[in-house]
Order: sequence, then structure tokens, then C-alpha cells
Amino acid sequence: MTNPEPLIEVQGLKTFFKVREGLVRAVNGVSFSIKSGQTLGVVGESGCGKSITAQSIMRLVEPAGKIVEGKITYYRMDSHNNRTSAEVVDITSLNPRGPEIRHIRGGEIAMVFQDPMTSFSPVHTIGDQISEALMLHQNMNKKEALERAAETLHKVGMPKPYRVLTSFPHQLSGGMRQRSMIAMALSCNPSLLIADEPTTALDVTTEAQILELMKKLQGSLGMAIMYITHNLGVVAEMADEIIVMYLGKIVEHASVVDLFENPKHPYTRALLRSIPRVDKDIDERLESITGMVPDPYSVPHGCPFHPRCPSLIPGICDVIEPDGVRVDDSQVYCHLYNPEPAAVRQPL
Amino acid sequence: MSELASPMIGGRRKLTQAEKFYAASQWQLIRWKFFRHKLAMVGMVILVILYLGAIFAPFISPYANLYKSEVVYSPPQGFNIIRDGKLVAPYVYGSKMEVDPDTYIRTYKPDPSKIYKLLFFTHGWEYNLFGFIPTDLHLFSVEKGGHLFLLGSDDLGHDLFSRVLQASQISLSIGLVGVFLSFVLGCILGGLSGYYGGTLDTIIQRVIEFLISLPTLPVWMALSAAVPQEWDQIRVYIIITVILSLQGWCGLARVVRGKLLELREEDYVVAAQVAGTSDWNIITQHLLPGFASYLIVSITLSIPGMILGETALSFIGLGLRPPTVSWGVLLQQAQNVRTITINPWLLTPALIVIITVLAFNFVGDGLRDAADPYVI
Amino acid sequence: MVLWQYIVRRLVLATGVLLVISVMSFVIIQLPPGDYLSTLISSLRMRGATLDQDAIKSLEQEYGLDKPMPMQYLWWMWQMGHGNFGQSFEWRRPVIDLIMERLPLTIAISVASLLFVYMIAIPIGVFSAVKQYSIGDYLATVFGFIGMATPNFLLALILMWFMFSFFGVSVGGLFSQQYLNEPWSWGKFADLLKHLPVPVIVVGMSGTAGLIRVMRGGMLDELRRQYVATARAKGVSESRLLLKYPLRVALNPIISTIGWQLPAIVSGETITSIVLGLPTTGPLLYRSLQSQDMYLAGGIVMFLSALTVIGTLLSDILLAVLDPRIRFEGK
Repeated sequence: MTNPEPLIEVQGLKTFFKVREGLVRAVNGVSFSIKSGQTLGVVGESGCGKSITAQSIMRLVEPAGKIVEGKITYYRMDSHNNRTSAEVVDITSLNPRGPEIRHIRGGEIAMVFQDPMTSFSPVHTIGDQISEALMLHQNMNKKEALERAAETLHKVGMPKPYRVLTSFPHQLSGGMRQRSMIAMALSCNPSLLIADEPTTALDVTTEAQILELMKKLQGSLGMAIMYITHNLGVVAEMADEIIVMYLGKIVEHASVVDLFENPKHPYTRALLRSIPRVDKDIDERLESITGMVPDPYSVPHGCPFHPRCPSLIPGICDVIEPDGVRVDDSQVYCHLYNPEPAAVRQPL
Repeated sequence: MSELASPMIGGRRKLTQAEKFYAASQWQLIRWKFFRHKLAMVGMVILVILYLGAIFAPFISPYANLYKSEVVYSPPQGFNIIRDGKLVAPYVYGSKMEVDPDTYIRTYKPDPSKIYKLLFFTHGWEYNLFGFIPTDLHLFSVEKGGHLFLLGSDDLGHDLFSRVLQASQISLSIGLVGVFLSFVLGCILGGLSGYYGGTLDTIIQRVIEFLISLPTLPVWMALSAAVPQEWDQIRVYIIITVILSLQGWCGLARVVRGKLLELREEDYVVAAQVAGTSDWNIITQHLLPGFASYLIVSITLSIPGMILGETALSFIGLGLRPPTVSWGVLLQQAQNVRTITINPWLLTPALIVIITVLAFNFVGDGLRDAADPYVI
Repeated sequence: MVLWQYIVRRLVLATGVLLVISVMSFVIIQLPPGDYLSTLISSLRMRGATLDQDAIKSLEQEYGLDKPMPMQYLWWMWQMGHGNFGQSFEWRRPVIDLIMERLPLTIAISVASLLFVYMIAIPIGVFSAVKQYSIGDYLATVFGFIGMATPNFLLALILMWFMFSFFGVSVGGLFSQQYLNEPWSWGKFADLLKHLPVPVIVVGMSGTAGLIRVMRGGMLDELRRQYVATARAKGVSESRLLLKYPLRVALNPIISTIGWQLPAIVSGETITSIVLGLPTTGPLLYRSLQSQDMYLAGGIVMFLSALTVIGTLLSDILLAVLDPRIRFEGK
């Protein structure tokens, strides 16, 4: 199913925001890669930096935020040649407003946003908005683009695609709007689809339909998906691999089976304990994670999770930042699995 | 939780700071944000000075309605504190008038041979401070024989500085009184409209739409032209204020109605209702704080409109009439281009109007930003 | 709601408003003590003319003054329906002729000012929002504040003074001497265009200043919206995106500001014309009020009010055509 070649590679990404209150380290040293055809789930509480990571890949971070370190590499596959001749594009070096990144956006990496209500312009028709990307990336004229837009709408299961083309967003239901959004993202056959909480604003039934649809489309189109959510249930259904993020850092990176069967990081464990499970006793109380997410201006020293961690090792966890450790098949960033860190610094 | 937080003792103080912020009441937040707004603070200081000037106008102004017909159209004068290279008590020079034989334009030149000392806290003409304390104390005056016109003098030899101060009592108060009228009308009608809805709401909304679509000034002109000539100053003042508020209440009524309707549907109000909170508590604890800030902002921003309206009406002679003095009345002298070309200081009241309106707009803007709960 | 239904609804409402305006104008005519006839008689007496009882009676009948107030109003409306707006006793001419001579110039200045306001304010507002906190943005903000605080007549006064004392030019009037009493021609039209900028700038200044701030605020709001990010994620270029999405959405409320811009512009036009001595309805209204020439005054107020109501109506319809949401929201 998966291809050994990575499609996109993120290395040591740091995206910081300068605001009046101070420096927000929204993404603070994140590394991962996505292979083509694979689905990577990104899980974390709100504010953990998962959306900013996605925006960094698209170079859509607001002006207040800057990629200060790290590298994002995109391997452009030429479908006509064999895959070894992938063209290497350093996304971090591109001008965020320049033509190269614009060529990638929408055409090769597409994005679906959380709120289908506000993601469409209220004064343009759906057809106008979907065909725009096609005209930009596929050299189509308006008529061809609208034709293709109708096709794509049909593909995402829209009942009357031609009618939807002339509709305004406010005339569609939330589910229909999100289908249109997905159709817009898929219209140019991107090699990577970034879905930023695409079902959070929808009801459960619609959510199930949209998830089903995305899985089906991935199978037929062979694209990679980066699926961002705070919902562990959704990610279990969608993803091949999962990264769990906390305060701008990855705490655990594992396959979906490993993560759910054998979570390593205390934060992952706590997250899993906080969702109801049908295979557990019903009279067992759901646990919540103690404490609150610290405010983003004063991220704790050492391991960012240490103030809330039940397995805290004083003198180590609050001082030294944990490195990634390979445990079984998972990558974990926790001192519990590496009791003798390379350099023990003196407490401040 | 406290045990968990204990390793980071350094963060303790910061936490309480944050807690203070979260625990602050709405009004405290507004006050903090307002005091941080630089332009608003500038506006606030200007307004305080202007209103203090109006309140203490007779005390500060040296000349009242007395005029010196021998010093018509005197340019603004300054005073000196240095004589023969030494620092001395403030004094003014006497002035010599010359009339151009061709144009009949008078020019005044300082006459260094005559020197008059500036006197402070002197006794002069009598007045009632705050309207009820009889006194004759004045901030300053000039020794007999000399005069000091800080802003120049007008066609009759009135001291413009004294006149501007005197006029500020009318001009600055008409904004407040007018807005108060608008406020009462706007709250009652907007409240009724928003509370009862239905036909009453429709009627009030139509009336507002009608009034707002009118070209204000021609209507004001027509109405104030109908004010009988023989009416006394106070009645004219009141009726002009009423005319000015005729449209002013519409905006406030819209704010009140809109906010009432909006807040009634707000989840937190519904939640309070469901929780069994009494109507009185809902109104005072939830609804009122919800839109009181918007009201204050609208009020602040509608005061300048009133001041400008009065100035415009009085300027063309259809508003307040002499002997009532307002900034607009003072500007009547400046209608003629030739007059103001020769005596540009007659435009000072205009400058003061602009500064006043600017100050109100700054404060209003600051209040709006401060009252917006979504802007930190 | 379908578009034409919306338009019909607006038309009915506007008709109602026009009726109320006629009542208001009638009240204005009746406001000063004494009616038209007694003013006329006294002015005739002052000139030494004598009027016999029969002549007074016939005049009373012509103006319907022998009837009760509501009937007088209906009579006045009936007469207006036939193009008779009464006589101006000061000019000794029909009111309608006097108004029609000057109203086109009032409309010309108002429309030109409106265009000026939008043509200046929209680009500056957009620039201010896109380059938020830049020097240009600060300059625009300063201009906005000062422009809003300076009433038209003061600006006219200051401009007149400035032009006169520094350039020796006397600003005022709409035509050069040689065209003053000429019939309309291309030359006269070109001459009018040459004289328009000063009054247009004076009338449009405060509106422009206010609108820059509205436009900037609206644009800043729209720039933060999700659909802008969506368009960016599609690979649309920055400039194209700006014009197609946020500007388009931010323009809608701007169009609806015609509703309050127009009354303000007609007000500003009135006082500016009085200060600058332009041959429009403003000075005519001023004079008629001073001499209590009430049929003329009432007529002018009515025409000016109708002008703003019709302008607002047009802008509402335009908005409904441009923004599909308006029609569907029902109200």
C-alpha cells in the first residue's frame, strides 16, 4: 500500500509567532514524513501546533508567524516517468507569495479547512470557486473547468452537481458545503491532501459519511492524506500512522495499531484513558488529564508535559528536554524510556 | 494540582497575574484597556482642559462682555518675561494703532515705551462662579491703560479669548444636553421597540428609517428658521437643542433595540433563564452590562455631531443668536473672505471646534476598542 | 425572496416615506406665524399697493386657505400633482421654476461628491487595511480623524481664506463670468467641470474620511476570514485574491453606506453652497427662510428629502442585485 519514497519530509520545523505578549513557539522542532498514498494522523489538543504545522507546509502561516528553523522538502513525482526521478522542492526556501508555492498550493498539495460555513466566499457561486483552481492549475477555460467541477462534485457524492455549481454557499447544508470543499481540494488531483479538522463542525452522521468518502477517494486517487484532528476515534479509523503533539512538539509517533494497543508516552496514555471505550467496564470512571495546558508564552522547561505528568521524574523531566527514543516500533519523546539522558544539566 | 505545579515556583507570580486578568470584572477590563489607548488618553486630557475652561470661564477670562472699541481687530498678543536680558514679572507692551490711508486697514504695533504689568488674582467684574458663588476674582488682568488680547479682538473690540471661553459654556453643553435628550428618547423608544416587537416595533423602525433618510441640515434650517425672533436666549437654546436631537436619538434607539434583540437570544442569557435567574437579575446582571458599553460608545461618538450641528446652524445665523455666544455665533464674523484674510485669528473658534470634535472621536474610539470583548 | 418582490417592497416603502416627507414639508410651510396670504398682503402694502376684499378672497381660494388644515394639505398635494408648487412672493415666480433652475446643479455636485467619496475612500481604505500599521496607514488614519472633525463649512471657509491669501484666487461660484447667463453649451459644461473640484472636495471630505475608516475596518475583518485562506490554499495570487474575495465582500456594506452618505452629502452641499455662494438650492433655501418665503422653502426641503430617499432606494436595489444574501434574509 505505501511507497517507501517519502512525498513530503519535515525536519526540525520551528514556527514561531511574535505577538505583543511575547514569543509563541507554536511549532517547536517537529520532524516527520508522509509517503505517497499514506494517511498520517496528527492528534493533539487545541493550541498544540498541529494546524500551524499544516499551514507551514502550505506556507500559509500569517505574517506574525515565521518558520525560524527546519526544512520542509516536497518530492514532486512525475507520473509519466518512474518514481525514482522525483524532483526535490525545498518548500521552506520558497517565497510564500511567489509563483512556485502557488503552483504547489491547490495543484499538488490541497487543503480542506475546519469550518465549511466560512471557508467559501459568501458572494461567489460554488462553481466559480471550484473552477478557479482548475483554471489556475490545469490550463482549462471556464467551460471546461465548470464541467470538471461538476464531475468532481459527482465524485464526492453530490446529488445534483450542476445545480450546486450555480448555488451560493448559504444555500447548502453544512455537509454539502464540506463535500464541495473536498471536491474543490480534489479537483486538481493533488498528491497530498491536508485535512484540518474537516469534520469537527459537522454532526456525527455527516462526519461518518465524509470520512467514508475520503477513504474511498484516497483509494481511487492514490493521494496521501495528512489528517489533523483532536478526535482519537476519527484518527483510529482514518490513519496509517499517527503523531501525537503537545505544546508544539511531537511526543509520540507510531503506527495506528501500536498507538492504540500499546501507547508509550504518558500523555498518549492519558488521552486514551480520557475517551470512553466500549470494551471497558461501564462503571469505570473516565479519567481526565490533571492540570491545564500552560499558556503558550511560558512553556515549561524540560519536557513540556512534565507539570501534568503522573510519571514525573523530578530533576530530569523538568530540566532536560527528552530526545526521541525508539521503543518497539514507536518513536517516543520521554525520559521514562531513556533513564540516562546524554547530558544531565544542572538544575537552574 | 498544586503539587504538580510546585516544581515551577518561578511561574507562581505570573499565574496570579493571569488570574487577576481572568477574575477582573467587565468594567475593570474596559478601564484597563481604555487607559492603555494612547489617543484616547490624549483626547481625554484635551476634553478635561476644555470643560474645566468652560466651568471656570468667567474666572479665567479677563474681559467678559466689556469691549474696547478703540482696539477693534487687534491681532493676538503675547506677553514678555524678559526685559533688558533679565527675567522679570510678566508684562505687556502698549500698542500703537495706525490706519492705512488707502485701505483703511488698521494695524497695531507694540509700543515698547509703554509697559504694563500683568496682575494675577485680581478683582474685576462680578460674576457667579458655578452659577451661585458671587465673586469678582479673576485669574489675571493688565495694569490700567494696557490690554492683553491673547487671541486678538473682534469687530467691536471684544477680547476673543474671553469670548471663546464664554462660548465654550454653550457649545460644550449643547452637545451634552442634546445627547442626553437623544439618550432618553433613544432608550425609551429603542427599548419599547426591542422589548415589545410587533406593530410598535415596525412603526418605530419606520419612523427611524424616515428620519435617518432626511438631509439633516435643510430640515434643521427650516425648523430653526421658524423659531420666533422674540424668544429669549434660554428658550432658543432649548428649542435648538431639541431640533438637533431630532435625529440623534435614532442611532441610539437602533443600538438599544439591536443589542436587546441580539442579547435576548444569546446562549448565556437563555442559560440564565433556564437556571431560574429572575428577570430583574437577567436585566441588570446580563443584559445591561452587555450593551451599556455600546451605549456609552454611541453617546460619546454622537456628541461631536451635535456640536458641529450647532456650530453650522449658528454660523449661518439660523441657530443661536447674539447676545448668546457660541463658537458658531463667533464664527459669524468670519463669513467674509476679506475679513478673515485680514484678521485670520477670527478663525480660532473653528480650530477649537475641530480640536474638540477630534478629542471626542479619540475618546469614543478608545472606548469602542475597550468595550469590544474580542479585542485584548 | 425573489429580486423583483424585494424591489416592489422597497418601492412601496419609499412611496410611504415620500408621503410623510410631503406632510413634513407642508408643516414647514405652515410653521411661521401668519400664512402666505398675510405675508403677501403685507409685502404688497409695503410697496404701496392696495388690495380689495374680492382680490383677497380669490387669492384665499386659489391657495385653499379658507379650508381646514387637512383639506389645505390635500389641496396643496392636488395642486402639486398638477405641477403647481405655489408662488414665491419674493421672486414673484412659480416655486417649481426656481427649484428646477437650481436642482440640477445640486444633483450634479451631490453625485460628483458621492463619486469622489467612493473613488478616494475605497482605494485608501483597502491600502490601509492591507498595509496595516504602515506609514501610509497612519497617514490615512490621521487624515480620517481630521477630515471627520472638520465640518464642511469650516473647510470651505479655510479653503477660501487659504486660496485668497496665498494665491489671490477667490474660490466660489460654479461658472466663469462669461458663461453666467449663457444657455447650456459644451463650453459652459466644460466651464462647470473646471469649477466643480473645490465644492466637491469640500462636500466630500468628511464623507471620505468616515468611509476610509469603515472600509479599512471592513477590509481588515474580511482579510481574517477563512475563505481568504481557502483561496490562498488554492494557489490564487495575492493581488487577484484581494480583488476577487475580501474586496468584493467588503464592498457590500460600503454600498449600503450610501443610505447615510447621501443625506450627509446633501446637507454638506447645502451649507457649502451657502458659504461659497454657489447657484444651487442651498442659498435659495437660506434666502427663502430668511424672508419667510415658505412655499419656496417647503418645496426645496421636499425636493432635497426626496432626492436622498430615491438615492437610498437605488442603492438598496443595487445592493440586493450584488449581494444574494440580502434577498434571502427577507428583510
